[in-house]
Amino acid sequence: MDSNQLFNLTTIVYFAAMVIYFIYIASRNNKIALAGTLVTLLGFLMQTAALGLRWYESYQILGEDGRAPLTNLYESVVFFAWSTVLIYLIIDYKYKQRTIGAFVIPIALFSMLWAQMSLHAGIDPLVPALQSNWLTYHVITCFLGYAGFAVACGVSIMYLMKIGKEEKHQGDQPMGGILGLFPSTRILDDLNYKAIMVGFPLLTLGIITGAAWANYAWGTYWSWDPKETWSLIVWFIYAAFIHARFTRGWVGRRAAWLSIIGFAATLFCYLGVNLVLSGLHSYGSGG
Amino acid sequence: MTDKTKSPIDRTWDFLCSLKLTIILLLLLAVTSIIGTVLQQNAPAAEYIREYGESNYKLFVSLQFTDMYHSFWFIGILALFSVNLICCSIKNFPRVWKFVREPMLVASSGILKGSANRTEIETAEAPAEAARHLSTVLKKEFGSSTLTEADGKLYLFAQKGIYSRFGAYITHLSILIVMAGAIIGNLWGYKAYVNIIEGTSTDQVVSRSSREPIDLGFTVRCDDFDVSYYPNSMRPKDYNSDLVVLEDGVEILRKRIEVNDPLTYKGITFYQSSYGPAGNPILKLQAKNNATGETADVTVQQGRFAQVADGYSVAVTNFVENDRNFGPAAGLIVSDPAGKQSAPFPVWQRFADLDTKRNGTFTFTLVSFDMPQYTGLQVAKDPGVNIVWLGCFLMIFGSMSAFFFSHKRVWACIEETPKGSQIVIAANAHRNQPGFALAFEELQQKIENDFKNSSQQKEG
Ligand code: HEM
Repeated sequence: MDSNQLFNLTTIVYFAAMVIYFIYIASRNNKIALAGTLVTLLGFLMQTAALGLRWYESYQILGEDGRAPLTNLYESVVFFAWSTVLIYLIIDYKYKQRTIGAFVIPIALFSMLWAQMSLHAGIDPLVPALQSNWLTYHVITCFLGYAGFAVACGVSIMYLMKIGKEEKHQGDQPMGGILGLFPSTRILDDLNYKAIMVGFPLLTLGIITGAAWANYAWGTYWSWDPKETWSLIVWFIYAAFIHARFTRGWVGRRAAWLSIIGFAATLFCYLGVNLVLSGLHSYGSGG
Repeated sequence: MTDKTKSPIDRTWDFLCSLKLTIILLLLLAVTSIIGTVLQQNAPAAEYIREYGESNYKLFVSLQFTDMYHSFWFIGILALFSVNLICCSIKNFPRVWKFVREPMLVASSGILKGSANRTEIETAEAPAEAARHLSTVLKKEFGSSTLTEADGKLYLFAQKGIYSRFGAYITHLSILIVMAGAIIGNLWGYKAYVNIIEGTSTDQVVSRSSREPIDLGFTVRCDDFDVSYYPNSMRPKDYNSDLVVLEDGVEILRKRIEVNDPLTYKGITFYQSSYGPAGNPILKLQAKNNATGETADVTVQQGRFAQVADGYSVAVTNFVENDRNFGPAAGLIVSDPAGKQSAPFPVWQRFADLDTKRNGTFTFTLVSFDMPQYTGLQVAKDPGVNIVWLGCFLMIFGSMSAFFFSHKRVWACIEETPKGSQIVIAANAHRNQPGFALAFEELQQKIENDFKNSSQQKEG
């Protein structure tokens, strides 16, 4: 079996996990929720093995020029899915709030689907500029940070869905329906904040390792190129989130919206800059 | 005091200290930064005019959008941001410093009665003994505790993680340090480039912003430049330049640089960034005199004549590195002693004997060739860069301690009772209260068990 097949299998397992979480939400059976977590764990282990295998394959294909599988869009999308599931599993282990899986696993699933179906999966040798250990540190820290923000975004969406109903809900008896299964809004709000607390220092490290690498390779740690600038924009947004929360008590709805906006900016930084802005620029310079 | 009764100075100060300003500035920076990612920066005027029209271009220039990250307004926002950071720290730091200078050794009744985390224990031990006992139990979680006697009661105080109160300040300071490093680099450093042809040297580089030459103060020579390719492909694997640093003609330093592995001398760093052809190829030919069988080696650059022997000379009219997959090939003409030139004829490196068929005076063989190249180097001098790294390090360190640790304090008040003593314990943490509540429950269990066990031992 090669890594590509193993990634395909992982994608199928994540799909199964998502379906199981949906069934859990419909059936409210805790055993099903546990099954969802176990299947997610299985997928995660498979994906970890596939990443290791791809690393090994790179040595087989490229000889001494093999490298960690973190170097092109395909590999980064796969790694993003892996990081997101990792952060979800940690939260699941700590808080046992399994409905979150129904909102976070789809993010990982769609990343995997996109990578497997439409991105170039070949293991190509690296251009000289990418041959640096800084690349590995940079990608790992950035993507774990992005994954933290992805989880925060999923949790924020749940929060907004629930809070609207909760405010209309009258009486003492607990809320029924799917929303009744969601963690309480207090927990969701707290998780939003905690996931960002994890993501923010990682993004900070990601920006710093990127700057260190740029300085090492080209002699400028910062040149305001669109990618760098967008990562700084994301950083500003989450810094605003943290300050708004610490000292002005921004919680609940406003925090949830800020978290969603932050993740939208994160996605743009990650994908939009390459797909949208570079198009703009090549148009500009190519005439 | 309401805002109205405050003096304008006070109000300005409050505004500069306010966290509202911080949040507004952070979001403002986020939004304005987008402009420079959509509109190309520092492009030639003609390009903006072609794409956006003359009048838009004038507008961009007046708003400094074409170099917005260095515009007055953007730097103004950054400056206000720094002022905000400094003012807020000046305002709040004394409060935090007080935690260090004057820890609350004697718990107020408010803390003892009103803390969310509190417990009471009755023990047969006398107050002094109970205090010693409790401090040994606390030692593992909180380090050593301070004992104070006041109004006939004993008070214990212990704390942990006080440094986390400084995390935010260290983080904020680190941002200022990074900015300071960037300013120093901009004022006293430069970014430049230079192209050096193999075998030649230079003692000047060209500024990237002003295009003016800059004296290095020493000489750099490039002995050799190489591109290596991945096996069976035309993908470059590495570019290398053998650089030599010379001062007054004396070799000081020698290094083979490559992408991601620069050379630094006297604070000036040379980065491999590009390369290109520099002049015509130089060919090594072998000429065999068909009459005598004697051979001669000839080195000739394309476009020039070189002597062969007996008054004959040879010139290279053209050269290709790969002639239809037959490998390197050159077109030659030979000039005889009378100056009469032959018609051009080809030689291939891989097919050495082919030229014998021409039946000329000499048979030529293409032995090897060298394409002279120049190596393109980025040159940077940045005296602020280590300050930037110091700031980055502090930022990581500061934000970790601000986010993941909290200042935890525990107080105890021990009062003598007819049966022994009564202990009231209260504790708090300045962040992550729910987590601390759990930890406190464990601590409470531990303390209760410990006191119970020791009293049983005594009874038993
Ligand atoms: C970028 C410019 C920044 C500005 C202008 C700024 C400003 C402020 C201000 C005014 C406060 C209130 C201080 C207090 O009440 O004691 C504050 C608190 C805080 N800031 Fe920042 N900050 C900035 C960046 C950051 C960053 C990047 C981080 C984190 C990595 C950070 C972490 C904190 C923390 C943790 C607090 C809470 C302090 C506490 O609760 O003790 N700040 N900031």
